[in-house]
Amino acid sequence: MNAPSAARERRDRTLRIALPIVVLALGLAIWELVVRIENIPPYVLPDPGLILQTLVSDWALLFQSLLVTLATTFEGFLLAAIGGVGLAVLFNQSRLVEYSLYPYAVILQVTPIVAVAPLLLIYLPQPLAVLACAWIVAFFPVLANTTLGLHSVDRNLADLFTLYGASRGQMLWNLKLPSALPYILGGLRIAGGLSLIGAVVAEIAAGSAGAGSGLAYRIAESGYRLNIPRMFAALLLLSVAGIVIFYLLSAINYLALRRWHESALEQER
Amino acid sequence: MPSIATHSTDSLVALRGVGKTFPSGTLALSGFDLNVRGGEFVSLLGPSGCGKSTALRIVAGLSEPSEGAVEWPSPRTPASSESRIGFVFQEPTLMPWTSVFNNVLLPLKLKGIPTEKARARVVAALDRVGLKEFGRAFPRELSGGMRMRVSIARALVTEPALLLMDEPFAALDEITRFKLNNDLLQVWQALATTVVFVTHSVFESVYLSSRIVVMAARPGRVFTELKIDAPYPRDQDFRTSAEYAAFCRSTSEALAQAMAGGAA
Repeated sequence: MNAPSAARERRDRTLRIALPIVVLALGLAIWELVVRIENIPPYVLPDPGLILQTLVSDWALLFQSLLVTLATTFEGFLLAAIGGVGLAVLFNQSRLVEYSLYPYAVILQVTPIVAVAPLLLIYLPQPLAVLACAWIVAFFPVLANTTLGLHSVDRNLADLFTLYGASRGQMLWNLKLPSALPYILGGLRIAGGLSLIGAVVAEIAAGSAGAGSGLAYRIAESGYRLNIPRMFAALLLLSVAGIVIFYLLSAINYLALRRWHESALEQER
Repeated sequence: MPSIATHSTDSLVALRGVGKTFPSGTLALSGFDLNVRGGEFVSLLGPSGCGKSTALRIVAGLSEPSEGAVEWPSPRTPASSESRIGFVFQEPTLMPWTSVFNNVLLPLKLKGIPTEKARARVVAALDRVGLKEFGRAFPRELSGGMRMRVSIARALVTEPALLLMDEPFAALDEITRFKLNNDLLQVWQALATTVVFVTHSVFESVYLSSRIVVMAARPGRVFTELKIDAPYPRDQDFRTSAEYAAFCRSTSEALAQAMAGGAA
């Protein structure tokens, strides 16, 4: 690599970090300015400073709620990962099971979760219902991606395993699952964000039923009380949680694949 | 050093009247006879679509013949296919997610041999193809030629009685191919193993083989056989000799006839 292109690359990287920050600062400044000039009351649109202030003053309450939502999200995600991969493996091993269950997995996926949540809240205790929602939304991408991955095995490698007399278990563990790993990780990356959405949807549904303490419930509750700054503060926390989840899963993806898969390789030349 | 092929007349594996019809109705092979003797280096040479890869897969047991039989007459040949056959595909066909060492270890691992016991054999196989230092590398960190060497090391690690190679060097550049041709001949002689080599290159088949089976297409069958009785070891001198040129000419003519006959 020659010097000018290295310099250009460094400048490019600086711009990639600096530009979004500039846009954010600009947006916040305009927001603050509009609220002050137009004299908009905080119960209609609070200015960014007030939202930050609320975040600090209500931190104990909001942080508690954040933990509740994150716990649900994490549990839902974990169950989705286990359920999705497990079911895909089961489908892969037995065609009969696949034929019997796959349509229902699809139905679970295509039915809008907002419509299912109130029903679940009737039949399940509230925390369990919220968890079920997080799971339902998150598990299908894992199932679909893992299924695709398990079917994407290199034909010649499969022949090689057959030639050397590999058992079904060896075939699965040493060939199919590693081949499917990039697909599984892709599915998990989607599932992380979705399980947060599932948890939020269920909390809001539960909130209108008058129970719960997660972040989404705080948003609904603050809405009833016209505590708009707290709504924004809770929303901010939710976005941050979503971003952290996404980057965490991307990092895991990178660490697992960086030595062999095209998607995670550093650009050469 | 005299050729091993001239000493052995034992049949190692034989295809008798083998036919293969694919579910699509394509007749890939018909009345195919092939007798591979221990220690031979046999090439199957023919135009694409003549069923040479299909024949190789049938020998390997990866494909069942629709008619005819595959016979392993010698009682000394181990019964289980995993130790009697090594297979090298046109692509290196390595597992990209693990190291070169683990790739070569695979056949032993699948047989249930613990890694510690297999380590010396894996290192020896890698050493034989000149990649002793590369055990920790991942396949994608290697060049195409090196990946093919790993693939060959993996095929050799079980010390197979028969090495089946399906156009292994077709995707490589000429310089790398010549080098690997020489290395393959060396390995074949050092291990006193038997090779069945599928190729569509006249020059490669003449350089490597003690016998060339020329095949015709539609349906795939044996057209004729040529004995290449130039002595081993063969090297650059052989590649530029008049003898080599003469063998290439006669082989090319046989191939041209096979293709003319095949089209009729």
